[in-house]
Amino acid sequence: MNDVVIRVENLGKLYRIGKREPYSTLRDALARTFSRALSRAYSGRSSGNPGERDQYIWALKGVSFEVRKGEVVGIIGANGAGKSTLLKILSRITDPTEGHAEINGRVGSLLEIGTGFHPELTGHENIYFSGAVLGMKKSEIDRRFDEIVAFAELEKFIDTPVKYYSSGMQVRLGFAIAAHLEPEIMLIDEVLAVGDAAFQKKCLGKIGNVVEEGNTVLFVSHNMGAIRGLCQRAIWLNEGKIAEDGETQRVVSRYLTAVQEGFIQRQPKDGERVIIERVVLRNSQGEKTLDFTPDDDLIVEVYFRALDRIEKPYFSVTVASRLGWRLFRADMTLDGHRPDYIEGDGMIACKFKSIRLLPQSYVVRIGVRAKDRSKLTGTRDVGFFNVIGRMADFGFAAEIADREAWRSAPVVVPYEWHLPDGRVISVDIKHYDKRGKSDEVGG
Amino acid sequence: MIIRPSRGWGFPDLREIWEYRELLYFFAWRSIKVRYKQTVIGALWALIQPFFTMVVFTVIFGILARMPSEGVPYPIFTYTALVPWTYFANSITQASRSIVDNRGIITKVYLPRLIIPAASVLSELLDFTVAFLLLMGMMMFYSIMPTSAILLVPLLILLSMATALGVALWMSALNAIYRDVQYAVPFLVQIWLFATPVAYSSRLLPEAWRPMYGINPMVGVIEGFRWALLGSGGGLEPIFTVSIPITLLLLVTGLLYFRHMEKTFADLV
Repeated sequence: MNDVVIRVENLGKLYRIGKREPYSTLRDALARTFSRALSRAYSGRSSGNPGERDQYIWALKGVSFEVRKGEVVGIIGANGAGKSTLLKILSRITDPTEGHAEINGRVGSLLEIGTGFHPELTGHENIYFSGAVLGMKKSEIDRRFDEIVAFAELEKFIDTPVKYYSSGMQVRLGFAIAAHLEPEIMLIDEVLAVGDAAFQKKCLGKIGNVVEEGNTVLFVSHNMGAIRGLCQRAIWLNEGKIAEDGETQRVVSRYLTAVQEGFIQRQPKDGERVIIERVVLRNSQGEKTLDFTPDDDLIVEVYFRALDRIEKPYFSVTVASRLGWRLFRADMTLDGHRPDYIEGDGMIACKFKSIRLLPQSYVVRIGVRAKDRSKLTGTRDVGFFNVIGRMADFGFAAEIADREAWRSAPVVVPYEWHLPDGRVISVDIKHYDKRGKSDEVGG
Repeated sequence: MIIRPSRGWGFPDLREIWEYRELLYFFAWRSIKVRYKQTVIGALWALIQPFFTMVVFTVIFGILARMPSEGVPYPIFTYTALVPWTYFANSITQASRSIVDNRGIITKVYLPRLIIPAASVLSELLDFTVAFLLLMGMMMFYSIMPTSAILLVPLLILLSMATALGVALWMSALNAIYRDVQYAVPFLVQIWLFATPVAYSSRLLPEAWRPMYGINPMVGVIEGFRWALLGSGGGLEPIFTVSIPITLLLLVTGLLYFRHMEKTFADLV
């Protein structure tokens, strides 16, 4: 067990919440002490207004796990589950209330982009200050300065005050500094939720490099694609406790299933005349599942209730990437095949034949509109699903295919390469027969 | 390294502060850079505050009220005090806000929080140096020759820093928890100014009262500067025997209190 770099035992963090203001004034504190002292003197008991009772919440409770050197662990969970609190404790920003943690190695915390930035300082000056705050020595910053500027692509602007930078430039600078930290243990919190797509790709690449160099990474994210691509292991935190800890695929699936269960809608929101009660996803074999292969069919069964009789509604089923980019859609406003009417309980299903999606996480959205195209139900995410599988099984033989697939463009349209040497090569998702044979899909 | 709930009281880890000394320098550097960016007169601002205060005091106390100034011209009598006083006042005013102003950093990264108010105390030394140079110029102007006591000036600077740091630690920690402290500080500084012999001489007080007067740690600093630079005579020893220990007491208790409250900063600020 010599290579255990993080050992967490029974970690707990208690927060006080409630109507008490986040900060109080000295005047109030003194007044309270005084009045308590007075009332104790008067009645022999200490007072305490019932209305002022503080509420407490355990942001973390009984959390225990170990991380070995070189492991990349994803931490997932709903908002408020305690993920950021865990990282804060491991970063020594806040103290635990109980339990303890042991850390062996230099820790770098990437909890936000642009820590320590001051708008009046130039990019150059901010690199030094922010780098120092994040833990780099001046000599290290000197050495890496040019690389940082190059990574951020800000050579021309490095001597302008940061307040004149666009937000995109600030993000690039912030990440460039953080990316060159080189700690042995890296704690990353959702920092990939910012920046444009091209930059996100670059950031994920850099994190990938850190991983390849054998460093340990704890990575909090909602981006299941990134989690699956980077992490061999995932920990699911739910309401401050560990719900699952193990192989990424399994933990992510369990997590998404639980999230899926939360999508059942009971009551209509304002103005809605159609309720989406349940959505069931099935694969080519008709099995109810959340995991699909790149060659699978995707069947979306929508169980709805129309609150009154609705003539000729338009349905749409959209598949989007986990980040929200719409990928493709079945849309009755385009194809025109509307039901004559819907009334009461019903089910409509849409089957996407051979989805040709790469192994990533996806979102399903449903929209229903009346014949005057006004919305009958809010277009909302009704489910997640994952595409899984080894790229080689589907005809994509590059050695780095699996690592690259989770961050590449998700939709595969069949194509042909006309190579310089004259060869013409067709590429498509091959149909993967689990018994080991491969044919072209969609036949 | 072990992370566990901290209990009880203790001193800040000085070895760790030493490891982070570069960051202390960076915080002070940033403070100075930001203050003087886009200013026209730049470091001359450091002179304006003590200089114009001296002018006003000279008119009111020196000329109109005809305060005695221990045998030297009133302007330099008061300016000698204004230089360390301005340093102290600005240090604690800045330091009291420092934790709150830097909440973005302390909630996202680990560093020994002590560095933050310490950087305020350190960064004000630049202004102090500029004001001190003017003081040297004034001494030449008034043909006051320094005695060997001038060698004490570095020690006195350390004493000023210690006093400022002690108060700064208390103020910054209190302000992080009770947000009205920072509004009280300018008022506190005003009152403190008149409780310190900046505009007048300590000799105005009867000898019996002087030790009690020394409870104000800045009294020791000011009289020390006057003694070292202007050679004002003795009779003030009782003040020092009270003042300097008070400075140390403030510093020690400040370190203890700051360390104790430090762990709650990230949660409360």
